[in-house]
Amino acid sequence: MGATSWGFKKSLWVFHLNAGACNNCDIEVLDCLTPRFDIERFGMKLVGSVKHADVLLVSGFVSRKVLPQLIETYEQAPKPLAVVAIGSCGCTGGIFRDGYNFAGPVDKHIPVDAYVPGCPPRPEALIDGIVKLMGKL
Amino acid sequence: MASTLGLVLNFLIFPGLLFTAVVGLLTQWVDRKVSARVQWRVGPPWFQPFADILKLLGKEIIIPEGARRTGFLLAPLAGLAAVGVVSTMLWLVNIHGSGFVGDLIGVLYLLTIPSLGMIIGASASGNPLASVGASREMKLVLAYELPFVIAIFTAVTKVAPMTLRLEGILEYQAANGVLLGNLSCIIAFVVAILCAQAKLTYPPFDIPEAETELMDGTHMEYSGAALAVVKLSQAMMLFTLPIFFITIFWGGVVLTGWGILYTIVKYVIIVTIIVLIKNTNPRVRIDQAVRFFWGPVTVLAIIGMVLAIVGL
Repeated sequence: MGATSWGFKKSLWVFHLNAGACNNCDIEVLDCLTPRFDIERFGMKLVGSVKHADVLLVSGFVSRKVLPQLIETYEQAPKPLAVVAIGSCGCTGGIFRDGYNFAGPVDKHIPVDAYVPGCPPRPEALIDGIVKLMGKL
Repeated sequence: MASTLGLVLNFLIFPGLLFTAVVGLLTQWVDRKVSARVQWRVGPPWFQPFADILKLLGKEIIIPEGARRTGFLLAPLAGLAAVGVVSTMLWLVNIHGSGFVGDLIGVLYLLTIPSLGMIIGASASGNPLASVGASREMKLVLAYELPFVIAIFTAVTKVAPMTLRLEGILEYQAANGVLLGNLSCIIAFVVAILCAQAKLTYPPFDIPEAETELMDGTHMEYSGAALAVVKLSQAMMLFTLPIFFITIFWGGVVLTGWGILYTIVKYVIIVTIIVLIKNTNPRVRIDQAVRFFWGPVTVLAIIGMVLAIVGL
C-alpha cells in the first residue's frame, strides 16, 4: 500500500460541491487554478465527475434543499476520500446560522478532514489548507 | 515455443504494454507541462501521471446500479490491449523489420478499438450523460475515419511498388528519402494530425468527454482501477499515434547512433504540434466537427491522394 498512498498524497483530484454558497467561495476556488496560484504544481485538478474525486470540497451553509444531494454525493464518491469544508458557512454556518432553511454545517452530516474558514477564504488560505491536508493523509 | 514466448514478452514488456505505458505517461507529462507553460503556469512535476495511475489503482471501483458489469469493466481492457498490440507491431517492424502482409490494415483496425471500447463501456454504464458521450464518440469515429484512411493510403499510393506492408513503406523511404518530402504526403500528414486530434479526443474535438457539459462524458462512471485503465490507454495512444505517423511519413524509428536523437526530435515535434493545437482551440459542436471532417478535411485528403496518383 506504500505506493498507492504516496500516489494519493501526490495527486488529489478535487470535486467541488456548492451546498448553498453565495458563489464567492466558488470564485476563490477557481482562482487557485489561475497562473498566479496554479495548484496543478501539487498535482491537484478539478474533475467533472464525483466518481473520479479524491477530495470533496464543500462550500456553503448546507440548506435543507441540498442536504440529500450532499449526502448522496458523499456516498457516491469512491473511498478513500477526504472532505474539506471551505468558507465561514461551510465551517460553522456563518451568518445563515439562524436561517429557517439552515440544515447544519457540513460536519454535522458527513465527516470533515479539513476546515478553511474565511468569507471568502483567500486562495493562499485554500492552498495552505490543502497542503496541510496532504501532510495529514 | 521459444518464439511464442518471445512474442508474449514483446507484447507485455518491450515494446508492448509496459514500455508503451511508461513512455506514454512521460509524454502525458510533457503534454501537461507544455499546456501549463502555454497558460503561464508552472505545471506538475514529472512523476505526476505515474502518481495519478498509482493512486487510481488504490481506489474503490464503483459499479453503478443498472450497469452491465462485464461490458463496463472489460471494454476499457480491450482498448488497452489493442493499443499495446499496435505499439508492439510498429516497434517490431521498426527494429527487426518483422511485419506481415497487410499489417497496415491491421494497425488501422486496431487503432479504432480504444474508441469502440469507450463507446461500449459508456453505453454499458447506464448513465444518461455517459450515453450522450458514447453517441458523440460514435459520430466522431464515423467523421474522422474517412479522411484518416485516405491520408494513410496516400502514403501507400506514393510508395513505388504499392504495398500494404509497413516494412515496404520503410524500405522505400530508406532508399528514396522520407515521404514527407513530397507535396501530396505533406497534405496527408496535415490531415492525419487533425484526425489524431479527434482520435485522442483532444480539444477542439473533445466533444465526447466535454467536462463542462457532460462531466467527462464517456469516462463519467469509471472510478478506481477501471479509470486507471482508461487513462493509461489514452496515454499509450498519445505515444502510439506519433510513432505510427513517423513510421508512415517520416522515415521510421532508428535506434543506432545519431538516429536515436533524430527519432526523439521527430517524436517531440509531432507531440508538440498536437499539444499546441489542443491549447489554442476551443471545443466545437459535434455537428461542426462532422461537417469539418466530411467537408474540408476529406476534400484536402482527396487532393493529396490525386496529387500522389499524378506523381507529386
